[in-house]
Amino acid sequence: MDFGTFLVQCLNSVQYGLLLFLVASGLTLIFGIMGVINLAHGSFYMLGAYMAFALSPLFGDQFIVMLAVGVVLAAVFGYLLEWAFFSYLYQRDHLQQVLMTYGLILVFEELRSILVGNDVHGVKAPPWLEGSFALGNLMSYPWYRLFASAACVVLAVGLYYVVNRTRLGMMIRAGASNRDMVRGLGIDIRRLYRIVFAAGVALAALAGMIAAPMSSVYPGMGASVLIICFVVVVIGGIGSITGALVASLLVGFVDTFGKVFFAELSGMGVYVLMAIVLIWRPEGLMGRKV
Amino acid sequence: MSHRIARTTLTALALACVATLGHAQQGKLKVGLMLPFSGTYAALGVAIENGFRLRLEEQGGKFAGREIEFVKVDDESDPAKATDNVNKLIKRDNVDVIIGTVHSGVAMAMAKAAKESGTVLIVPNAGADAVTGPMCAQNIFRSSFSNWQPAYAMGEVSGKQGKKKAMTITWKYAAGDESVAGFKEGFEKAGGKVDKQLTVPFPNVEFQALLTEIAAAKPDVVYAFFAGGGAVKFVKDYAAAGLNKTIPLVGPGFLTDGTLEAQGESAQGMQTTLHYADGLNTPRDTAFRTAYAKSFKLQPDVYAVQGYDAAQILGIGLAAVKGDISKKAEFAAAVEKAKIDSPRGTFTMNKAHNPVQDVYLRKVEGNENKLVNIAVKNLADPARGCKL
Repeated sequence: MDFGTFLVQCLNSVQYGLLLFLVASGLTLIFGIMGVINLAHGSFYMLGAYMAFALSPLFGDQFIVMLAVGVVLAAVFGYLLEWAFFSYLYQRDHLQQVLMTYGLILVFEELRSILVGNDVHGVKAPPWLEGSFALGNLMSYPWYRLFASAACVVLAVGLYYVVNRTRLGMMIRAGASNRDMVRGLGIDIRRLYRIVFAAGVALAALAGMIAAPMSSVYPGMGASVLIICFVVVVIGGIGSITGALVASLLVGFVDTFGKVFFAELSGMGVYVLMAIVLIWRPEGLMGRKV
Repeated sequence: MSHRIARTTLTALALACVATLGHAQQGKLKVGLMLPFSGTYAALGVAIENGFRLRLEEQGGKFAGREIEFVKVDDESDPAKATDNVNKLIKRDNVDVIIGTVHSGVAMAMAKAAKESGTVLIVPNAGADAVTGPMCAQNIFRSSFSNWQPAYAMGEVSGKQGKKKAMTITWKYAAGDESVAGFKEGFEKAGGKVDKQLTVPFPNVEFQALLTEIAAAKPDVVYAFFAGGGAVKFVKDYAAAGLNKTIPLVGPGFLTDGTLEAQGESAQGMQTTLHYADGLNTPRDTAFRTAYAKSFKLQPDVYAVQGYDAAQILGIGLAAVKGDISKKAEFAAAVEKAKIDSPRGTFTMNKAHNPVQDVYLRKVEGNENKLVNIAVKNLADPARGCKL
């Protein structure tokens, strides 16, 4: 592999990693702070992608506006979902959480089938992001992929700021480390959870919307992203946003270079990585010791 | 004189009575339709059933004088449930014939069960080479294709177009391996060389790393096997990387069948091979398409054709044994001898009961896979491992 190809592969890794981070950050928030194993998280990613499919003809080249509208819709949806279902799960054990969220996957898949059908659909990138630029004389790289990476970086920075520098972030971090103490200090933990859950859903949906023009929308797209996101969350340390970012990038690199060098075994690469990390640091890279 | 006429008439009448009695005893023929009626392949299952029913309707609702009773099972394209489902049809419902299915894994379980019980099985889609290879049997037929067929044809076409160096890319699973092997065989026979075979774990759709590898290696042609969502994404990513301008992307028809709306601009001009194409413009195909559209208010596709031909195969076999499906040897012999007048073009059967058929080279134009020419005429699957 010459140096140019190597650089392009690094770009591929970062770009894939950043997109993973966007989905996984919502999962780690919900998992780490609320203690709920949310198997339906992949469905929220799918929801986002189908939302992009449904909304993009209405908004035309106002792609950013569409993303904003989609995020608001997803957050409202998440808020209602927490109120209707997830709020009953906090006191229950993990088995019941898994059962209910698995049930939600089936419901969402069936709803998708009824509403949109089982066909594969493409979503057009906005006109101002169409086309690509040349990477040396090797290949061209779509502008949209660069935009997606940039959007992910902006969101990662934003998320870091909110969690580490704002009052809401402080409450979230406190809620993650000691639920009862936070409640004792007079903070409405139920409302906090509802906000966190809505934010988690919105993040996953946003990732779905951003990914839609790159990946097209198709049945079962949520399931494939869910597993890899759990890997990211476990490697990064449950509940840690920074950990999720580091882990996403690691997974991006291992997956990309695994495919290139060990094609036959590439399916295993990220799981081997997970096993190594778990042996070395069972709480994950940035997880708190238990 | 009048006596003799009376006697002849009486005899004829008596014979007629016996004949109808015979039919009454045969009763209805039970056909088990084991197809995907839910999930990703639901639309394919429906198209196959529609095609089958269209042929039945054309025959006045009967094959060889026997009415048909359908027993439908949704196989959900789930290999884990396949053995149970097919055994229910064979043992509980006592069906005479099974039609199915789309998913290769499920079809393999069905072939195994049919081979054991001797029930006639007609596979209307699943392309696993083994069904008409090591698993072949007197009572197992296929109205569609083997994975080897379109792949081999594409290899030969690419080789004859003067391409020397090829790369292949597929999901790492049985169908992908079979398809790539077929391409390699055809391509190397025509003087080319397959340099590198890339694989992606199924159903991973993150292709960027391998596209970069393709760009660095600069082969003359890339052969890809993906279906459904994977096919859409791969074709789009390939075009977005600008590779379609320098290295032609080719594949079996599934790469661009039923996915063109989603692939849009990125698939235009792509060449694929399959045993069916848009714009065949033969009187047979036009008649079929008109009748199908009239009956079901839908445009037919390759799956509808395969369902229709499954019904033709059943009809031909039954006619030869006068509706008595227990005569397996005569049933098979009739199908083996037959020229099946399919909308895709006339085809015959090889010894393993897989169609010997023309494979078409097609080119994507708008939302159609337009016929270019016949890639390979009367292409027969080698039926490796079949001991018939």
